[in-house]
Amino acid sequence: MTRHHGMTAPATTGRVLMSGNEAVARGAWEAGVTVASSYPGTPATEILEAFARYPDVYAEWAPNEKVAFEVAMGASLAGTRSLVSMKHVGLNVAADPLMTGSYIGVRGGFLIAVSDDVGMGSSQNAQDTRYFARFAKVPLFEPSDSQEAKAFVGEALRLSEEMDTPVIMRLTTRISHVKGLVALGERPAPPFLGFSKDPAKYVILPAHARKKHPKVLQRMTDLAQMANASPLNAIEWGDREIGIIASGPAYVYAREAFPDASFLKLGFSFPLAGGLIREFASGVKCLYIVEELEGLVEADVLAMGIPVHSVGRLPRTGELTPQRVRAALDGAGPPIAETPPPPPDLDMLPFPRPPTLCAGCPHMGVFYTLGKMKDLIIAGDIGCYTLGVGSPWNATHTCVCMGASLGNALGMEKAYRMASKEQKVVALIGDSTFLHSGMTGLLDIVYNGGNVTVFILDNRAVGMTGGQDHPGTGVTLQEEKSKAVDFVALCKALGVEHVQLVDPYRLPDVYKAVKEALAHRGPSVIVTNRPCVLIEEFHRTQPYEVLDALCNGCGACLKTGCPAIQVIRREVVRLPNGRDKELSYVTIDPTGCNGCDLCVQTCGPKAIVPVGASAPPPGSVEPQN
Amino acid sequence: MDIGGRTLNVLLAGIGGQGVLTASQLLTEAAVQGGHDVKKSEVHGMAQRGGVVTSHVRIGRKVYSPIISSGEVDLLVAFEEAEALRWRPEVRPGGTLIVNCLRVAPPIVNLGHFKYPDDPLESLRSFNGSLLPVEASALAIQAGSPRLAGTILVGAAAAVLPLSVEHWEAAIRTRFATREVTDQNLKAFHQGREYAISLNVTRKEGS
Repeated sequence: MTRHHGMTAPATTGRVLMSGNEAVARGAWEAGVTVASSYPGTPATEILEAFARYPDVYAEWAPNEKVAFEVAMGASLAGTRSLVSMKHVGLNVAADPLMTGSYIGVRGGFLIAVSDDVGMGSSQNAQDTRYFARFAKVPLFEPSDSQEAKAFVGEALRLSEEMDTPVIMRLTTRISHVKGLVALGERPAPPFLGFSKDPAKYVILPAHARKKHPKVLQRMTDLAQMANASPLNAIEWGDREIGIIASGPAYVYAREAFPDASFLKLGFSFPLAGGLIREFASGVKCLYIVEELEGLVEADVLAMGIPVHSVGRLPRTGELTPQRVRAALDGAGPPIAETPPPPPDLDMLPFPRPPTLCAGCPHMGVFYTLGKMKDLIIAGDIGCYTLGVGSPWNATHTCVCMGASLGNALGMEKAYRMASKEQKVVALIGDSTFLHSGMTGLLDIVYNGGNVTVFILDNRAVGMTGGQDHPGTGVTLQEEKSKAVDFVALCKALGVEHVQLVDPYRLPDVYKAVKEALAHRGPSVIVTNRPCVLIEEFHRTQPYEVLDALCNGCGACLKTGCPAIQVIRREVVRLPNGRDKELSYVTIDPTGCNGCDLCVQTCGPKAIVPVGASAPPPGSVEPQN
Repeated sequence: MDIGGRTLNVLLAGIGGQGVLTASQLLTEAAVQGGHDVKKSEVHGMAQRGGVVTSHVRIGRKVYSPIISSGEVDLLVAFEEAEALRWRPEVRPGGTLIVNCLRVAPPIVNLGHFKYPDDPLESLRSFNGSLLPVEASALAIQAGSPRLAGTILVGAAAAVLPLSVEHWEAAIRTRFATREVTDQNLKAFHQGREYAISLNVTRKEGS
C-alpha cells in the first residue's frame, strides 16, 4: 500500500527531477489548489499521490472519476482552486458533470488533468482526450515536458477564473511518466472566495441552460482570440522550407526529427489559435502537422483552407518517436538526409514475456478453480485479474470497462434464458472496481432476478495501479482511518441472499463455494478475503521448496500459474497405453515464493514442503529404479 | 563514450520487480549531478506485473524526445539474458551491452508454450559492439545482499558512461534513506564498476 512516510516541508528553490505527474501536483500546490480528487488509473495515478504529500491541502481518492470530478467542482463553486485528475477512460465516467460543468463554469479555478495512455500500456483503448475539450467546449492545455506541466497548471487556473470555465490539461504517458528537471517556486496564500448563491449560474434548469448555451459559444470565440496572444503558443522560426505545427509530446518528437525546421508550438491548443496558424503557414513552404493519435488540428487547419503537406502520413495508432515522425514525413516535402537503421535481427527474439499474476497472488486460487469448470462463461473486469484470461487458467471470457462484468453477465444469462437454454454465468470483479461502478450492476442482477454468480476479489487495494487505498480499505489517501466497506453486508443490503466469504488460498473451500453458488437459483456472491501481496497488509510466510526426490514431474503445480515455480528438467515417458507424456520437474524460487501454499494443495506426491523443513519421514520415498 | 554535443541514449531492460526503475533513477540523478539535461521514461501499470520493464534515459545538453528511437541505443543494460536478446536490436552498431548473467523463465515457458533460448550469451557474441556479461547476483551476495544486483549493474554501467564517480556517489546518497543501505549500495556500486573495468581491460588485451 502506498504509505507516505511523514510530511517534510517542500523545497522552494532549485531545480529537481520530477515526473510530469509530480510536476502537475507541484504546479497545483504552487498555484494555491487546496482541494483535489481522483480515482487511480495508469498513467495518471501519481498526480494525486504526489499532491497529497504537500502541506495545507485536502487530497482524496474518490470511488470513481465522476464523484472525483463533482468533488473538485464543488470546491471550485465554493470559491477555492481545485484539481481533478484521471486517466483518459476515467473522463468517460466523468463526462456527465463535465458537459454541464462547461455551462455552469467555475468560481475558483478548476483544472481537469487527464492522462492519455496513447500506447495502451495499461488500458483498453487509446481515446484522444482532445476530443473531449471540443465536445465540452472547454479550453485545452498540452504541456510537452515536466517543466511545462508545472507551469501550465497556474496558467490554466488563471484562465479558468478569467473565462469562467473548467480547463482540461491533456497529458500522455510520455509526459506523466517521464522525469525531467523542474524549477521550483513558492506557494502564495491560496485564494478563497466562498460560495455565492446565484441559481441562474449554479442551478442548471432548462431555462438557465438555454441562456448559458450562447454564452458558452461566445466564450469559445473569446478563447480563440486569447489563444492567438497566449505565450503558451509560440512560433520558433528556423529553416522556412519546413514548418511544423505540434503540441505535447508530438512537439518534442518532431523537434528532434527536424531540428532545423520552423515550429509553431501549441501549448494552449484548443480553441485553435487560428490567426497564429495563418501567420505561420504563410511564412513556410511546406506545412506539416504532427499529432499523436487523431488528426484533429490537421482537420481544423484544412478546414481553414490552408494546404497541409503531411495529410494522411502520420500513424494514427500508437506512440510517436522521432524515428516514426521522420519516416512518416519522408517524401512529404524536401528529402530527408539520413541512413535508415539496419533492420532488427528478429530471429534472435526470445519468447514473449507478458505480465503475470504475482507469486502468492490471492486471485490464483480462484482462477485455478474456475479454469477447471469448462462449461462456465466468465465475464471479467478491469484490474490485475484481467490476467485470468491467459494461460494456464483461461478463466476470463469478456472484459469491457470498469464495472461491466455484472451487466454483461446478466445480459448473457438473460439471452440464454430467452433461447430456453441453461447457462451458468459468473462475473469476476475486484473490490475497488466493484465500488467504482459494480454496485449498480449487482443491483440490476438482484432487481431483475438474474441467475448470476458474482466473485468479488477483495484484495484490499487498487492492485494494478500500485496498491492504493479505496473505500473498502478503511484508510484515506491522506492516511486517516476511515470506515471500511463491509462487502458481505453491502451485498446483502443490495438484496443478495446467497453471500459467502471464502479464503482464496483454500482450494477445497473455493471449489465448494463455487459449486454452492452455482446450484443456487438467483443472484449469489462470493467474496474473497486475502490482501494483495504487494501491500503492507500482506505478511509473507515461510517459502516452500520442492524435494527433488519426491517430485514426479506431473506438473500439477504449474496449473496454479505461480511465477515462482520453475521447470528444471523435462522428460518424455511412454505410458502403458502407448502414448508419450512429457514430465516437468520443478523447483521453487525461494526469493519469489510468498508462502501461500496453493501449489502444496495441488501436489500429489507431497513433494512441496516449507524451506528447511525436516526431510520426509522414512518410508515415504518411493524406491527409485 | 562521451556526451559532447550529442545525446547519450541508455536503455535499461528487465523484469518487473528486478529494480530496473531504481537503477534508472540512479543514472538519471547522476546525470543531473553532472550538470546535464536528462529525461527518463518508464512504464507503470499492467506492464510491470512480472512482465518486461524498460526505462529510457537520455542525457545531453538539451534533450527533447523522452524515447530513444529504434537502433539508436548507445548502452543497453539488460537485467536478464533473454531480455538482452530481446532488446539488442535497439542498440546501435558499436554500442555497449551489459548483461546480467541470469535466466528467468516466465510461466508461459514453464508451461511449455515457448522455449527458453539455449544460450542467450552465446547468441550475443556476434553483436557488433562491446559485450560485458556481469555475474551481478554473485557480486551482490559478496557485497552483502542479493537485492544489490541492480546496483552492481549500475556500477558496471558507470564503467562505460562519461559521468564522474563523485556524481554517481552523490546520486546513491540521494536515493537511499538510511546510512546502512547507502553504504551497502556504495559498496555494490564500486564492486560492479571495478568488475566491469577489469572485464573491459581483459577483453581489450585479448583482442
